[in-house]
Amino acid sequence: MSWTGEWKWLAAMTGGFLAVFWLPVGTPRFDQALLEGVHLAKWYAREHVLLCLVPALFIAGAIAVFVGQAAVTKYLGAGANRVLAYGVASVSGSILAVCSCTVLPLFAGIYRMGAGLGPAAAFLYAGPAINVLAVILTARVLGLEMGVARAVAAVLFSIVIGLAMHALFRREEGRRATTAPVGSDTARTRPLSQDVLYFGSMVAVLVFANWGPPQGAGAAWAAVYNAKWMLTGLAALVLAVAMVRYVGLSPGRAATVGVATATAALAFPSAPLVPFTVALVALSGVTSTAKGEAGEWFAATWGLAKQIVPLLLVGVLIAGALLGRPGHEGLVPSSWVAGLVGGNSLQANVFASVVGALMYFATLTEVPILEGLLASGMGKGPALALLLAGPALSLPSMLVIHGIIGFRKTVAFVGLVVTMATISGLVFGSLF
Amino acid sequence: MKKKLQVLGTGCTKCEMLARHAEEAARALGLDYELEKVTDIGRITDFGVMLTPALVVDGAVKVSGRVPTAESIKRLLVEG
Repeated sequence: MSWTGEWKWLAAMTGGFLAVFWLPVGTPRFDQALLEGVHLAKWYAREHVLLCLVPALFIAGAIAVFVGQAAVTKYLGAGANRVLAYGVASVSGSILAVCSCTVLPLFAGIYRMGAGLGPAAAFLYAGPAINVLAVILTARVLGLEMGVARAVAAVLFSIVIGLAMHALFRREEGRRATTAPVGSDTARTRPLSQDVLYFGSMVAVLVFANWGPPQGAGAAWAAVYNAKWMLTGLAALVLAVAMVRYVGLSPGRAATVGVATATAALAFPSAPLVPFTVALVALSGVTSTAKGEAGEWFAATWGLAKQIVPLLLVGVLIAGALLGRPGHEGLVPSSWVAGLVGGNSLQANVFASVVGALMYFATLTEVPILEGLLASGMGKGPALALLLAGPALSLPSMLVIHGIIGFRKTVAFVGLVVTMATISGLVFGSLF
Repeated sequence: MKKKLQVLGTGCTKCEMLARHAEEAARALGLDYELEKVTDIGRITDFGVMLTPALVVDGAVKVSGRVPTAESIKRLLVEG
């Protein structure tokens, strides 16, 4: 036998053997940590999947299919208005960057043949932080103020970073390669009012279905809470009409979903989750077999689900095992976390920003990890700093960025990201 | 003549899906083709593509920013 090619097997087997041989199973902390991972996964399954993650996937799928991406690239192209380009770059991540691997090619495109370094840097910073799935899940799991702060800080500071990059390297701007970008062929024509109705009704379903109990937040809040399922149903009805009128779903299919949902609601009046689930399943059923845009909508949603759900499950298990839930410790002692990133000191914020910038987060896994860290005593300011620096940068992405814009610009960009994330963290931490 | 198909993308699931659909379409048409996956960002932007995944047929960008079905790729291959 020749060892070339086989040694990898041997190394893997030996490594696996040694890991199991000294597996600390039976020690209380390790057993507890494994259980924590499972507990956290169960909590996610119960609290966040049906009402939040699945509808959010449908919204993200709809954005991928129905929003004209060509419109966005037009504003970031070579002939773009410079001022407008910064604005578009900072917010366009919300519809373009659901998959983190589309961010870097788009960054390279904006830099090399589009609006230039400033808008490209703005896009790179804001993109991963403000895609719809990330914002929805952050707001739902980590709290509304954290979700809003993440989106707002990402947009504001991306413009600052873009302008700073532009100012720092202004003299080199003229010497970029100029290949004319190819127009994207995804242009569709649908009046804005139809888009608003269509997406607005979907977002309304999500918001009302997740409307939390009042906890002393005022009469209006309580009134909405008491009527939340009526309002959810109403929003779903608007969505159904919009789908039949504008997306070309046949009325028969829409009626099938409506009848199934209504039947479930009458059969289980005290368990609103049942009709909600029936509605989701029926909607999936009729759209997955439909032709045209409705079918594409489901295909895009399903593609996203296959891509994101397994990663998220692994992320939740690992985050639970390492960091535990509120009130329960995982493998990493809470005192370490609290010592490093507790409170809202400058040091804690800087540490969170730097670690976030280096670490790689798979799509959306930053949310369960952050949840574990917060439970272990991380301050809210450092948490926001990590959320901002984390998805925007990682060691692997830095290498790719380095290949596109060179060493000096990469260092400047990383420095700016860490600085801005730290400042955002400090401000947020002192407010909440 | 041999068709040259290139799939541009950094290797996420959407690019894999596009590559599969393109192969399916080319095989169903019985084309003589070669398929290349372009993952280098520098080369991707050289094609003028900003939105990945993208499909290039004989040097011309045909699709960008979405994953078309095998059926619509077939149509596109027959036309051009």
